[in-house]
Amino acid sequence: MSLFSLTTVGETLRIAAPYACAAVAGVWAERAGVVQIGLEAILLSSAFASVVGTLASGSAVVGVCAGIIMGVCLSAAHATLVHRTRIDAVVCGIAWNLLAYSGTRLGLRALYDSASNSPSIAAFRIGPTGNEGWQVLARVLCDPLSWLAFTAVVASPYVLNRTRLGLRIRAVGENPTAARAAGIDVGRTRLLALCISGAIGSLGGIHLAFDQHRFEAGMSAGRGFIALAAVVLSGWLPGRAALACVAFAFLEALQFVLQDIGQASKAITLAQMLPYAAVLVALGLGVGRRSAPGGLGRHAEN
Amino acid sequence: MFGAPQRGTLMRLVHATVAAVVLALSTLALPASAPPPPVHGALSHIRVGLVFDVGGRGDKSFNDAAFEGIDRARRELGIVMEMLEPSGAEDREAALRLFAARGFDLVVGVGFIFSADINVVARDFPSAKFACVDYAPPRDGNIPQNLRGLSFREEEGSFLVGVVAGSQTSSRQVGFVGGMDIPLIHRFELGYRAGVLAVCPDCRVHVTYAGTTPDAFRDPARGEAIATSQISAGADILYHAAGMTGHGVFEAAHDLGAKAIGVDSDQYDEMPGTVLTSMVKRVDVAVYDAISSTAQGAFRAGMTSFGVADGGIGYVSEGPHALGILAETRVKVAEFAGRIESGAVRVPSVK
Repeated sequence: MSLFSLTTVGETLRIAAPYACAAVAGVWAERAGVVQIGLEAILLSSAFASVVGTLASGSAVVGVCAGIIMGVCLSAAHATLVHRTRIDAVVCGIAWNLLAYSGTRLGLRALYDSASNSPSIAAFRIGPTGNEGWQVLARVLCDPLSWLAFTAVVASPYVLNRTRLGLRIRAVGENPTAARAAGIDVGRTRLLALCISGAIGSLGGIHLAFDQHRFEAGMSAGRGFIALAAVVLSGWLPGRAALACVAFAFLEALQFVLQDIGQASKAITLAQMLPYAAVLVALGLGVGRRSAPGGLGRHAEN
Repeated sequence: MFGAPQRGTLMRLVHATVAAVVLALSTLALPASAPPPPVHGALSHIRVGLVFDVGGRGDKSFNDAAFEGIDRARRELGIVMEMLEPSGAEDREAALRLFAARGFDLVVGVGFIFSADINVVARDFPSAKFACVDYAPPRDGNIPQNLRGLSFREEEGSFLVGVVAGSQTSSRQVGFVGGMDIPLIHRFELGYRAGVLAVCPDCRVHVTYAGTTPDAFRDPARGEAIATSQISAGADILYHAAGMTGHGVFEAAHDLGAKAIGVDSDQYDEMPGTVLTSMVKRVDVAVYDAISSTAQGAFRAGMTSFGVADGGIGYVSEGPHALGILAETRVKVAEFAGRIESGAVRVPSVK
């Protein structure tokens, strides 16, 4: 694979999809003022639910719906716990991540008697088979989940910035006390924002699972945390967060090519750290020197 | 004003930590015990405790093979067995210690990850016997007197599947996808490369590692990306030593019309038609061997290495799962296996 080819484009988009969905989900939650570090949990649990749904019903569409419902439920539960019982959102997020990791493994064992993976699903093997660049790209573009993810990512900046709902969400995120004084129901608005966040994040998890045509324990492999970095890097802007993820995915695809080229030299280690180093450099250069939403992690005060 | 909420957060953190620790310990308190086995004649009635690697039973690979070994010992030797599956790094040593403290005759750790922990526990319980699969001896070479390290010459099996790949590639390019970039996995790479080059000196071997952390063994999406990259570059047969990450290699090989070679156990069922063969590591043989020698009072400390010669390492060469292997390839591999057994071919294992 040369560095810049249709294969690279296709692979970049495919790798980017789960990151981008998780990052945009993070933006939705945090712009509403709710700290959300449980993105990993959303990816993992929705990946699991989508596979269970597909295997149980025999329909990929039902599976996708199950995955989205799982993401929405988890995210809504997070909003409720944080808002109603005032549990610290960071602690709560850590708990979700632990719960999702162990819960999906428990589910795997209970449902499929395996510690590592579910049976395979046949879902969405669309597009031409072959190793030409256009075939790789075509498979990515033919995937309905790519389209769902793309739509969610592209619609997010518009909804957040140009609609009444977006304005309300940003208001409760910037200053919950003032928003409540203006007559906005802070709890309900945050709940709604987190439901949207959960739905978008779940698309990333479903993409991961359907891409492998099965669920594997821990298959999100830290993507939720990279997405979190993208949220901060973007300055809490959904479009930029998605772009940061595409850039990261490109570096990851590039990393594999460079590793292969630089075989048998120390360059391998350098290539492996490329995507992560780039994130650090970008953060250091202050790409995201926009400040966090003013009401992030704060509740409306009496 | 400012102190109260902070203290509240702190207390919640403390509570959460306590809860997590209690949960972690409670998982240890539930050993998977088996009913007492029938006693076979004069065979000794030793107690064997086995601690699984991360993944545990049902991984259709490493841990399941270890279970087969201990289960065979239960059936044939009438040993008493108990098993534990640690939930994380902190529990590994505790699980080993638990068995040793309860006076088990033999405690087995499954996986190289136990190497450091088992050294410590073995020194603390000199009267118990220990065995560790894929054991990596400490740098000073000081292995405890009651510990038997079981290792495999994976490079030999990798060499054999390398011969398969080198013989059957039509593009004269093959690939290797490694999991975590560590010496243990380098052995697979080196053996494979040597095998490929033995039959196809001008073949190119693409090599890519998934990462430098244990996550590299459970990231199938990344495995798919690596395999796609290698196949696009021209490789048509890919061998992986990457745990669950390898499933992504099978996915990519299937979609891009290439072939793949499985690892550790027969992985044909992962992607029928795409998996050409698998390098097979008989963890069950090693575990059974350690138990039976202990049962016969012939426990031997130090390293024991399994390879092609003793049947501890091999590849899937027969039956419906090896239909993709040409007859002439099979002959070639058998020839090399013979040369490895006789010592005529030495497979490299260190970079």
